[in-house]
Amino acid sequence: MTDAARIRNFCIIAHIDHGKSTLADRLLEATGAVEARHMRAQHLDTMDIERERGITIKANSVSIRYTGPGGEDYLLNLIDTPGHVDFSYEVSRSLAACEGAVLLVDASQGIEAQTLANAYLAIDSGLEIIPVINKIDLPAADPERVAHELVGILGGSAAEIIAVSAKTGEGIAELLDAIVEKLPPPEGDPELPTRALVFDSYYDTYRGVVCHVRVVDGSLETGSAVRFSATGVTASADEIGMQLPAAMPVKKLNNGEVGYLITGIKEIDLIRVGDTVTTVGGGATEALPGYSEPRPMVYSGIFPTDGDDFERLRDALDKLRLNDSSLVYRAETSRALGFGFRAGFLGLLHMEIVRERLEREYDLDLVTTAPSVGYEARTADGSTVAVSSPQDLPDRAELESIAEPFVKVMIITPSDYVGTVMELVQHKRGEMGEMTYLSPTRVELHYLMPLAEIVFDFFDQLKSRTKGYASMDYEPAAYRISDLVRVDVLLNNLSVDAFSTIVHRDKAYEYGRRMATRLRELIPRQLFDVPIQAAIGGRVIARETIKAKRKDVTAKCYGGDITRKRKLLEKQKEGKKRMKMVGAVEVPQEAFISALRIDE
Amino acid sequence: MLPPDSAELADLAARWRSAYVHIPFCRRRCPYCDFAVVAPGDPGTGDIEQLTTRYLSGLHAEIDMESDWEPLAALNLGGGTPSAVGAGAIAAVIDHLESRFGLEPGAEISVEVNPEDVTEEFVEGLAEAGVNRVSVGVQSFDDEVLRSLGRAHTAARAVAALEVCLDRFSTGLDLIFGTPGESLESWRATVATGVSLYPHHLSAYALTVEPGTVLGRAVREGAVAPDPDDQADKYELLQDAVGEAGLVQYEISNYARPGHTCRYNLSTWGQGEYLAFGLGAHGHRDGVRRRNVRSVTAYLERVEAGARPEAGRDITADPEMERLILGMRRTCGVDLGDREEAAEQDPGLQRLVAAGVVELSRGRLHVVQPLLADDVGATVLSLSA
Repeated sequence: MTDAARIRNFCIIAHIDHGKSTLADRLLEATGAVEARHMRAQHLDTMDIERERGITIKANSVSIRYTGPGGEDYLLNLIDTPGHVDFSYEVSRSLAACEGAVLLVDASQGIEAQTLANAYLAIDSGLEIIPVINKIDLPAADPERVAHELVGILGGSAAEIIAVSAKTGEGIAELLDAIVEKLPPPEGDPELPTRALVFDSYYDTYRGVVCHVRVVDGSLETGSAVRFSATGVTASADEIGMQLPAAMPVKKLNNGEVGYLITGIKEIDLIRVGDTVTTVGGGATEALPGYSEPRPMVYSGIFPTDGDDFERLRDALDKLRLNDSSLVYRAETSRALGFGFRAGFLGLLHMEIVRERLEREYDLDLVTTAPSVGYEARTADGSTVAVSSPQDLPDRAELESIAEPFVKVMIITPSDYVGTVMELVQHKRGEMGEMTYLSPTRVELHYLMPLAEIVFDFFDQLKSRTKGYASMDYEPAAYRISDLVRVDVLLNNLSVDAFSTIVHRDKAYEYGRRMATRLRELIPRQLFDVPIQAAIGGRVIARETIKAKRKDVTAKCYGGDITRKRKLLEKQKEGKKRMKMVGAVEVPQEAFISALRIDE
Repeated sequence: MLPPDSAELADLAARWRSAYVHIPFCRRRCPYCDFAVVAPGDPGTGDIEQLTTRYLSGLHAEIDMESDWEPLAALNLGGGTPSAVGAGAIAAVIDHLESRFGLEPGAEISVEVNPEDVTEEFVEGLAEAGVNRVSVGVQSFDDEVLRSLGRAHTAARAVAALEVCLDRFSTGLDLIFGTPGESLESWRATVATGVSLYPHHLSAYALTVEPGTVLGRAVREGAVAPDPDDQADKYELLQDAVGEAGLVQYEISNYARPGHTCRYNLSTWGQGEYLAFGLGAHGHRDGVRRRNVRSVTAYLERVEAGARPEAGRDITADPEMERLILGMRRTCGVDLGDREEAAEQDPGLQRLVAAGVVELSRGRLHVVQPLLADDVGATVLSLSA
């Protein structure tokens, strides 16, 4: 046990690529927590996708023993946080487990929107901030400019900013000293009923759900009975331990300490991030603040390319959910794509990660439909229907209005691009809010925008219009009624559900036109003319025709080369196998996939 | 005499044995051609005349390596440009094949010729060698089109060549349609000229873009590709015109006057067996399909060392299926055999029937719209016994 006065709980707030994982590696190495020879890059990121993309998805924590400048022993708990907007709730819970944050900014890039959003979140949560400029070894580094920016945002003076190179190790010792000197020790009362914050949980095949906790008040003891406030589940604290970074069981975690808790509970749903752990006898009556249920922001259909894989897909989703309670899904049947699921995600990155994990870890070949947001349909009788798929939309006769989620968007961009960013946002139905100059060359812009416009291709467009310099972050605002319509796409007079979408009326024509043109290019000519129509209700807004195929024969059997002819036909036959029948029309699987691709 | 499109003739052809001999030499390489061809300027070719002499002795050596067989009903010398090696060399090959395997009475002895090689003397030589059929690589009677096809002759030269051949041999006219730049009017004129010459046989192929050819590369880099709709229009134009010359269609791309079908071709589509000699040649003997190497250096190395120049073999896994996909190319159609029931129940084939692309009657499958034959072929391949 460590005296709470000798504990420092902190996290690192950084933009992707600004060197958070490298800095964490360097801290582990500098304090001898991990021997250099056991060091591997991105020590804390354990998932393949995290290592490959250099991002953190799951929060993690590690406890580091450190001897301070005065020779005293400290316990530094580094609580890793996800860096992406999709996981802002998880970020907020990680921050809640800390007293301080290292705000890490790349010396050549300057602060980015997500970092700034998280920094504001940390300041609002009362955390002490240590500003750090990283990558000072790079030729393009401009620490003075970045320091100026940080002072503008955080106040204070440039002298308080620590310059480091996580790569070379320069400045690391200074940073460690600052962590013990500047960050406050945890508060909390050892005598009060136990309250521990769950800031992360994951499923382990052998041990069940493992959760990472920060004890706020009281203590957690091995073998004691514990209760999870939000779900009301009780269990026995089978094992309590610390990550050093290897797991080491301890008897007890006291107020201020960070560690893991294993209870034998197998369902991740029962142990949720943000929940409070207390003891069963004499436990706390009031949970820690800030808990909320995970709420999907983005929905998409997931279908196996091969219909026979439906059960495998179900198993894979069930397994992913063991580790990711924010993933929700229900079975969905599509005339075009067969049996699959409608899944809800925290955001676009979350969606992409889930899809990638399904394909990579479970070897599935998938078709995913264009992402949509959750709408609220109001019907004539005054009731509200949640619409997560265009198919859920009530009949036009009953439909009163449709509301869509709006989000508060923050964009940081070099001032040269303000014009083009404004133009883009306007095109995406955004409403201008505040505008602040972070420095003479960088601007922070605030907007209110429909989430649907963001999930489409906003981020890519923002990046391409600003040559990659702009960054953005968003948070949910409110639902608002908009002039939204459902556009259906009909192939040979049959509606293809996978292509139905809910869009703003002003964008309906553009969508219909694009889908019809695309499908005409993607669907091979058939034995008869095939009309393609885009329609709102009964009204056709775009039309194309795939002309009947007239020639499908290769010249001859060259010099008696029958084998080649046969191979050619075999290939064509395989192509036919991959066709899905939509009514009498043969549509290649790839056509669905390509048509649903957002890029242009 | 059996009509060209009779099923009885087709069945007869299936039992004929033939031989194919490949003469790869060409004066220039046509941009669309992906046959095994040797043209001046090819890397490692050296002196073409010397190479030709070596090649021909290699060819004779290869003929000697083949084990004995039954007498042949058809010989076909193709290329490349067989006419480029002269009548004497052609005669030697024919003599050799005859002495090795024997020829059936009335055997078809056919040679592909280019218009620019056709002279009275050459034709005389061929006749003396026993050649009784030629197919003349005319491709088009439009000089503009001939230029874009990279051909060495003119339309006038082609007409003259045909006139000479028509007097001596059962003469086939070979055409290509749908070359980018060829107008419908140009094709109409080509067909009219062809029909007016009253050939015994007509082959007309839609220009196909093959990967690895000059045309293939050009198209990949953005040059205009042949348009399938334009080719369909031209095919239909031809279908309507051939009757005037007394030509009867017997395969997707082939038409003949009665008694002038190409035996070797008909046998191929009937799954018949044939020997193959020369560069890149494909043979079919004792149920095994084999192919020769395509590189002339490799070919010469092998045959000069006394080895077969074989590049690979295929043992037909499903000979019955092969019979169907080859046979359906013929106008007389193909007997479905034990796949009849499967054909009647197959939804894909039924769609083709409903669309008027194929007919199923009395256990036979007929492709009514030959231009969609590959679609039919791919569907037929899915039929199980």
